[in-house]
Amino acid sequence: MRVPLSWLREYVDLPAGTTARDLASRLTLAGLEVETVDELGADLTGPIVYGRVLEIEELTGFKKPIRYCKVDVGQANGTGEPQNIVCGARNFSEGDLVVVSLPGAELPGGFRIGSRKTYGKMSEGMICSASELGLWDDHSGIIVLPEGFGEVGEDAIGPLGLREDVLDIAVTPDRGYALSIRGVARDTAALYGTAFRDPADVEVAAPAGEGHPAETDPELCGRYVLRGATGFDPDAPSPLWMKRRLHQCGVRSVSLAVDVTNYVMLELGQPLHAWDRTALQGALSVRAAAPGEKLETLDHVQRSLDPDDIVIADDSGPVNIAGVMGGATTEISLTTTEVLVEAAHFDAMHIARASRRHQLSSESSRRFERGVDSAVQLAAATRAVELLAELGGASVEPGYTHVVHPAERTEIVVEESHAGSVAGVDYPEGTARTWLEAIGCEVEAEGTALRVTPPTWRPDLTDPNDLAEEVIRFEGYENIPSIRPRASGRGLTAGQRLRRAVGRALAAAGHNEVLSYPFVGERDLDGLQLAAGDARRNSLRLANPLRDEEPLLRTTLLPGLFKALARNVGRGFSDVSLFETGLVYRPRPGGGRAPLLPVDRGPSAEELARIDAALPEQPRHVAAVLAGGFERAGWWGPGREATWADAVQAAREVALTAGVELEVEADAHAPWHPGRCAALYARVDGERVLVGHAGELHPRTVKAFGLPERSAAMEVDLDRIERARTPATAPEVSTYPVATQDVALVVDASVPVGEISAALAEGAGELLESVRLFDVYTGDQVGEGRKSVAFTLRFRAGDRTLTAEEAGAARDAAVAAAAERTGASMRA
Amino acid sequence: MSAPNNSFDPVEVTPLHPDEVARMREEALAAVEAARDLAELKEVRLAHASDRSPLALANREIGALPPAAKAEAGKRVGGARRDVGQALKERQAVLEAERDERVLVEERVDVTLPWDRAPRGARHPLTTVAERMADVFVGMGFEIAEGPEVEAEWFNFDALNFQPDHPARTMQDTFFVEGPDGGDSGMVLRTHTSPVQIRALVSRELPVYVVAPGKTFRTDELDATHSPVFHQLEGLVVDKGITMAHLRGAIDAFVETFFGEGLRTRFRASYFPFTEPSAEVDMQCFVCRGASVGDPEAPCRTCSSEGWIEIGGCGVVNPRVLTAAGVDPQVYSGWAFGLGIERTLMFAHGVRDMHDMVEGDIRFTSAFGSEN
Repeated sequence: MRVPLSWLREYVDLPAGTTARDLASRLTLAGLEVETVDELGADLTGPIVYGRVLEIEELTGFKKPIRYCKVDVGQANGTGEPQNIVCGARNFSEGDLVVVSLPGAELPGGFRIGSRKTYGKMSEGMICSASELGLWDDHSGIIVLPEGFGEVGEDAIGPLGLREDVLDIAVTPDRGYALSIRGVARDTAALYGTAFRDPADVEVAAPAGEGHPAETDPELCGRYVLRGATGFDPDAPSPLWMKRRLHQCGVRSVSLAVDVTNYVMLELGQPLHAWDRTALQGALSVRAAAPGEKLETLDHVQRSLDPDDIVIADDSGPVNIAGVMGGATTEISLTTTEVLVEAAHFDAMHIARASRRHQLSSESSRRFERGVDSAVQLAAATRAVELLAELGGASVEPGYTHVVHPAERTEIVVEESHAGSVAGVDYPEGTARTWLEAIGCEVEAEGTALRVTPPTWRPDLTDPNDLAEEVIRFEGYENIPSIRPRASGRGLTAGQRLRRAVGRALAAAGHNEVLSYPFVGERDLDGLQLAAGDARRNSLRLANPLRDEEPLLRTTLLPGLFKALARNVGRGFSDVSLFETGLVYRPRPGGGRAPLLPVDRGPSAEELARIDAALPEQPRHVAAVLAGGFERAGWWGPGREATWADAVQAAREVALTAGVELEVEADAHAPWHPGRCAALYARVDGERVLVGHAGELHPRTVKAFGLPERSAAMEVDLDRIERARTPATAPEVSTYPVATQDVALVVDASVPVGEISAALAEGAGELLESVRLFDVYTGDQVGEGRKSVAFTLRFRAGDRTLTAEEAGAARDAAVAAAAERTGASMRA
Repeated sequence: MSAPNNSFDPVEVTPLHPDEVARMREEALAAVEAARDLAELKEVRLAHASDRSPLALANREIGALPPAAKAEAGKRVGGARRDVGQALKERQAVLEAERDERVLVEERVDVTLPWDRAPRGARHPLTTVAERMADVFVGMGFEIAEGPEVEAEWFNFDALNFQPDHPARTMQDTFFVEGPDGGDSGMVLRTHTSPVQIRALVSRELPVYVVAPGKTFRTDELDATHSPVFHQLEGLVVDKGITMAHLRGAIDAFVETFFGEGLRTRFRASYFPFTEPSAEVDMQCFVCRGASVGDPEAPCRTCSSEGWIEIGGCGVVNPRVLTAAGVDPQVYSGWAFGLGIERTLMFAHGVRDMHDMVEGDIRFTSAFGSEN
């Protein structure tokens, strides 16, 4: 809402010396956020005076006709002689009263006026147009003022209102009343403690005779006023002050009749509609649209109406979508002489829905959906027809239509001290009453409580806390004290600590965290080489995605990481390892629709369960992608490329942070290289649970996402790892010496080391402290299709020094187990 | 070896003559002192302290002395040998120290050589800033609450007092999730962290003191100051006797922790469906502290010379929200706030463009390390 200060001052007396910035700051603190203060004409300097055109000499021989004028500017030029001014406009005649800027003046935008030679003549100033003066946009010529507007030679800056401060207020959805000069003036008066003159105090005589016939549906329209103005002069121009204010408020001037409806709307907050009465056929009715009804609106769009739309209909059918937009055939035209003005109070929710349905947000619908005064309609319509009479020569019809279905005005009973206990401030007695009355409430005391009836223009005031906000904002939000709260929480949960620790561990291991968007497309899933039935293809779809090619929600973190990797590579960083921790979204089978529960009571456990059953599973995953050198080459020697093994290690890093050992098994799982893919398992309550995969990426995936060759990745379900976590128990730390035994085994090349080492560990028994692979060899010495794997076994007892025989026996048992399970034999 | 000394005259056994012993001692000590390195000292040791050294040989002659003279001669030779041993030991220590000194100098390396063999990674600054923000409140005894990102509309809107057709609901620029049949799913990507308020209230014992950092979603195109995915820190307190003064105290704690002691905050009346009264929170500009207001000579880029920086919204939990969450508003009251994590990062660390936070460029992340 744009508020010119001079307009505001018509209804409230601001203390002397109050600047627009003072006012802006006070309104902002009180909840009417002033986004900008436009100081129109602040850079403008005189002399700008009234002048009378004495003579016009038409100059020819130029590309366009030019006039050389003698203009009387009285004594304003210091000589009393007429000014000679060259002018390109043609919309004026000798004897017209015009606005002249004399040499030395500066117009808006830093446009300096001087004497200069042009079109072969000396031009000593300029005859101004509305655009040049910053009044409104008009390129049809200069301003010709009505006779009597001012005296020749007098200063025109003040009377024309060339300097004006305009506040631009961002009105919150609850404060519909502030979409009017009236509403802002009322709050301003309360803030400054000065008198408020209500522009809606319009004297309205009782109707003398019938108005235009109308009937209304009380559910849709609580108050309906029709007033006629007859004999209107369609050629009557809008007065300068009206055009100027409309322009300052951001409304385009159209014609006097339309301008009047807009002006009254800005002033009172009541949207008005004006018809050409002769285009209407018979009585009007305010009703719901019938199925299949259509209407061509003012913007010449044919619209199908919804039975939820409120329409105004005459005998021919709908003529308006109520509160949203009028119809094309009944609108005021440039020849209209019979004007019918409508002021109505339509149901806010209907207007809000209609506005969205038809994607029509108008000045009218914005006000209706935020709530307009339910009692101002007659005053508004009367103000409008009186302006049509005053400015357009019309006669106000004495009869009018006023259909009222009185709205119930609900009383709010609230403790006098309520606002203070909400704010944490001890307000003096009477504070609440003072402010509530200032905004128009009727207040009655009842013991320690107040019975408060909010005014008709404040439909937002329904609850005790609404009233508290009014009191506190006028007392000053800035005066609320600051007291530090104290709670007795138990710190982070184990899961929250784990997530932080995982992030730190991965960062310390050389991975960089990214936070990518969760939006993916079919193309990404194809790029991952997911089979048709892969669970990760079962994804949620957005009804309104930002990009049509990414309508799905991620079921895996990998596509986002791949894109971030490609971006880094594209920027010249090819040795990169990235990780991300975040939720993925996996629809539950038969998820269905999440129910809307009631809000007048808390939900039951069963209702909450129904909601949660509809929501997708949203496990927290951790994933990483590695490319290029994981260790760099340098003066110390060669570097080392990231491989599948680093990806597996990154997953282990995550699990080990939680104290969980992963079991690794070969797998063929997209998007990994089928020969270089590890399935990762953990034990949850004794059960083996798949927690993720790691390895080198499939070459087709690498190609699809434009990644460096041999990029590797891992993705694990952090929630499952968290569940696999068991409290650590302290080991017995033996101080007896260790007995170390190395064994070299020859096995078939296809036997995974993981299996051999598991077999060794199991066979070695309780004396085993650790088993560690230290070499893998393939080649002539072991033969085709075979490999040699070498392990160090460390044995130790808690109560004695092991003998060579004991250690040897344990080693032999380990080797026997490996032989039995994996066909391993001791290397010769 | 000399023949038995029957005359009992020690002087007759030349090597044991006091002068001779003194000479051998002096000679040995001089040789020790003259040794310039450990190798020479080794030679000296062989010459003057070994079994074949003059003093050792002289010592053997003691047996040839008459018993009465043995003690005195033994004392003399023993003393000389001890002195020589001691001198050797001392010289050894000196020469070893000299050698060590020299070797260590020779082993000098260029410690400015780079060692970026395995570069460290980094955590995303939004993650760490979110943790630090949460920890301000954890330090006051709050716990961290959580909720899903794909959320039921009821949690995201209805329970938070967004009326079905109220403009506030459409102002949120919501991502709607499509139902299985292409229809309405009743689910959205949460537009704010406020649904966690309801989740906390329906799942926790009262009183509730929680913060909820998390991801939120709105249909804004990515530009320098907007992102369709962003992060908020929600705060919620529901207890008996709670006022806006505690709310202000909590927010002040955050501001002071992140931006400096003594910075003022101010509340401005505003509107959110789930709080009443509602307020926007500004903090005093931490760069100019308001000095740039009305001073065109010293404009402030951080606050655009406004003197204040908007950091979030807050208010008293609307009693209708308590009702919808099954909490009796006659008994309990509370407040809630929402702070922007991106905004905090931008101001606290001078991040100028939202793109930097979403693109995953390692140059950006690396600058923050893992605990910033």
